[in-house]
Amino acid sequence: MQLLFERSHPGRGMEYLPPCDTPPAVFDADMLRAQPPRLPELSEVDLDRHYTELSKQTHGVNDGFYPLGSCTMKYNPRVNEALAALPGFSELHPLQPAETAQGALEVLFRTEKLLCEITGMTGMTMQPAAGAHGEYTGLLLIRSYHKSRGDTARTKILVPDSAHGTNPASAAMAGFTVVSVPSNAQGGVDLDALKAAVGPDTAGLMLTNPNTLGLFDPNILEITRIVHEAGGLCYYDGANLNAVMGHARPGDMGFDCVHLNLHKTFSPPHGGGGPGSGPVGCKAFLEQFLPGPRVKYEDNRYSFFTPEHSLGRVRGFYGNFAVVVRALAYLLTLGRQGIPEAAENAVLNANYLMHKLAGHYDMACCENGCMHEFVMDLSRLKEETGVTAMDVAKRLLDFGIHPPTMYFPLIVHEALMVEPTETESVETLDHAADLFLQIWQEAHEQPDLVHGAPHTTPIGRPDEVTAARKPVVRYAFES
Amino acid sequence: MASYVPSARAERQAMLETLGLSSMADLYRAVPPEARVETLNLPDGKSEMEVVEDLTEMAGKNRIFHSVFRGAGAYRHYIPAVVKAITAKEQFVTSYTPYQAEISQGILQSIFEYQTQICELTGMDVANASVYDGATAAAEAVFMCQDRRRTGVLAASTANPQVLEVMRTYCESRGVPFTLLPAKGYALDQDALAGLLTGSTACVFVQSPNYYGVLEDIQPVADAVHAAGAKLIVSANPISLGLLKTPGEYGADIAVGEGQPLGLSLNFGGPYLGFMACKQPMMRKLPGRIVGQTTDNRGNRCFVLTLQAREQHIRREKASSNICSNEALCAMTASVYLAAMGPEGLRRAAESSASHAHYLAQRLSELPGFALKTDRPFFHEFLTECPIDPELFCRKLEEKGILPGLPVEGGILWCCTELNRKPQIEELITAIQEVLHDAAAV
Repeated sequence: MQLLFERSHPGRGMEYLPPCDTPPAVFDADMLRAQPPRLPELSEVDLDRHYTELSKQTHGVNDGFYPLGSCTMKYNPRVNEALAALPGFSELHPLQPAETAQGALEVLFRTEKLLCEITGMTGMTMQPAAGAHGEYTGLLLIRSYHKSRGDTARTKILVPDSAHGTNPASAAMAGFTVVSVPSNAQGGVDLDALKAAVGPDTAGLMLTNPNTLGLFDPNILEITRIVHEAGGLCYYDGANLNAVMGHARPGDMGFDCVHLNLHKTFSPPHGGGGPGSGPVGCKAFLEQFLPGPRVKYEDNRYSFFTPEHSLGRVRGFYGNFAVVVRALAYLLTLGRQGIPEAAENAVLNANYLMHKLAGHYDMACCENGCMHEFVMDLSRLKEETGVTAMDVAKRLLDFGIHPPTMYFPLIVHEALMVEPTETESVETLDHAADLFLQIWQEAHEQPDLVHGAPHTTPIGRPDEVTAARKPVVRYAFES
Repeated sequence: MASYVPSARAERQAMLETLGLSSMADLYRAVPPEARVETLNLPDGKSEMEVVEDLTEMAGKNRIFHSVFRGAGAYRHYIPAVVKAITAKEQFVTSYTPYQAEISQGILQSIFEYQTQICELTGMDVANASVYDGATAAAEAVFMCQDRRRTGVLAASTANPQVLEVMRTYCESRGVPFTLLPAKGYALDQDALAGLLTGSTACVFVQSPNYYGVLEDIQPVADAVHAAGAKLIVSANPISLGLLKTPGEYGADIAVGEGQPLGLSLNFGGPYLGFMACKQPMMRKLPGRIVGQTTDNRGNRCFVLTLQAREQHIRREKASSNICSNEALCAMTASVYLAAMGPEGLRRAAESSASHAHYLAQRLSELPGFALKTDRPFFHEFLTECPIDPELFCRKLEEKGILPGLPVEGGILWCCTELNRKPQIEELITAIQEVLHDAAAV
């Protein structure tokens, strides 16, 4: 379809602003740009239709099942959007005096308290704008802690080989050296390898629990004890909190700090890749290092303060406030009963779907059941039929299902990582299972049909190699 | 209590039985008892109606001013209705990062269009799909300039202080030397810059219009920085680029900025949009998502996430950044805004903002005690003296429903956009006269 620039016609456009009613400001000629930017010139109807067409080529949560592992694509409640759009929130200037923004400070404060209770932490910053940003902030907390004790030898962060790529990337950005810890045969952390890896240079461990295989590590208390005894701190990657919220708390597992992905676990939408929100919580001894400003409540009023030994700002203002509003609405809606209910149904749905597929597809390390997601290992299917995880994923597109996460975690070769979430009904799961089994059959009987998929989508498989080798990353104007 | 779980109780029980389980607790048998929690100290869940009441009450405790003369990093502009309608489409709102190109062409094409518009706006060759905000864009840009020989960062102290604070946090974590360049008369001190540039300087960061609204004299900065073999990062207000010389025209290597003025609501500080663009040679150092054009196996033009060899999910600890989620919907908002406004509309937004600000500056200068702190050229913000205590001055105007400029360095930092038209400015002047009159009477 046409690009905005290809739809442009000189002289078209809507007048959204009135003519200026004061004398024009005059700038020296050498301060002005030589040519106007080549922005498209479109009538409003053409502009509006352009995006309606684009929206038809975009798969959202309402377009069908979205079992994208590790991304928690749950339903995004409509009411949360309406509440975030209230002018009392959306029109609020971030540098208004706190006395005129008491409701906004209350949002930040109450969300912090609720999330601290859910994670077993005592304090939290809402400043990080995404999960990876939260990881970075959490690692700076760990860094600040060791530095405050004059313990400068602790330069290494331990990361399991099953971890999300953001973990090692965040550790490197925070100035640490990354040490990879192998997984054991059951998919958990190899305790002997961990014991061998820790030492006086250990700053901390980053762990996702349940991990990226969808398994709760039964040795979790032993893992955090080993790290603590070596003088390191334990960081909880909250990417998979949806499985355990209301049932188990990172704080009780022995973690010292945690980041959450509000946009995964607490229902704000993903926006095609953001905005998210990645608050970071910690136990009391780390609170002094949190980024400022934070919110406190004293004498019936809310105010901002910056902790004494704050590690500094990681973003402007107070984070993605409007995302926090959505999460608060969700927290208040679900409450004490609804939070654990969401988690257990996420786990139930994953186990149910895995059970339905297990007769045909191999599963990676899930003999005893999974948590909120499971990883299929298609190595055997590939050997038998030549059909890969990529092929199966692309074939699912033909049936209106968003494929699972492909080729992750890296320790499983032909991986498809499936996370149904709690907001799918049993008939959606049954239907998806039928389609997975149909594709399994197709792989054996007409593999070319699967290799060639998708067949019904707006475009076929793109040539990604050429895209990367000869990058075209902006429109080439004719003039 | 409301719940978004669709299956009824009996259905859940039947599913458990399929699995050979009797209760939900059986699903958590891998969790050691010491790590289990029986119940959380949370309030009971509520109906949607009650939650709407709660949040509406909170929103009602915030004061929304009919007249706003405050910017300092967050700007209130007119947002065409079509921008909000388009970006509220459920497919755009609820989709994930476009990993599956075959069903994500809408998001991918819109990012490609956004990248093109940012390049046009800044005069650069390549833009990424966005980062968190203007402050993190500045910090990420600094990391793009690091090499084995050159690590030092010189940042103009005239930039937004929050941006500088975030840059400092990022630099400290990696042991990158971070030095503030002194100011002279609310602009970068060019002589001091010459003295601080060395063979180990990686980059110089300058913001224009700067925090005080002043247009920095960038050309001599660019010349000095490049003569010293360092890179130049220029942060710009995107609305100003509808009119003013671009970072590209000044020879900047990287352009960054806060994209919020491009159609995003104030939202008490977020979500906002960090835009980043660079010249071709630095393309593979850009952090974050980049969308590229290619063809599909049917021969059609299409778009994909590309140059992923830079990114964390491939390179892990060797990635150019850890960024994963960016601000895709905010980038789309900026793109729709720019497409709606067009070159003429954006120019009018820029000219009206600047003209209103210059008119306000002139009107204020006619009052006693509001002299401009500097006579350097400015865009839509400027700093004046304040004849009474600035905090008191602002509070008195707030009582009249006007959010005045921000108290900064003993004066007031004023801002105008196209929304602050002449009658609003005259209303402000009258209100100030009343405040001064009352203060004199005390």
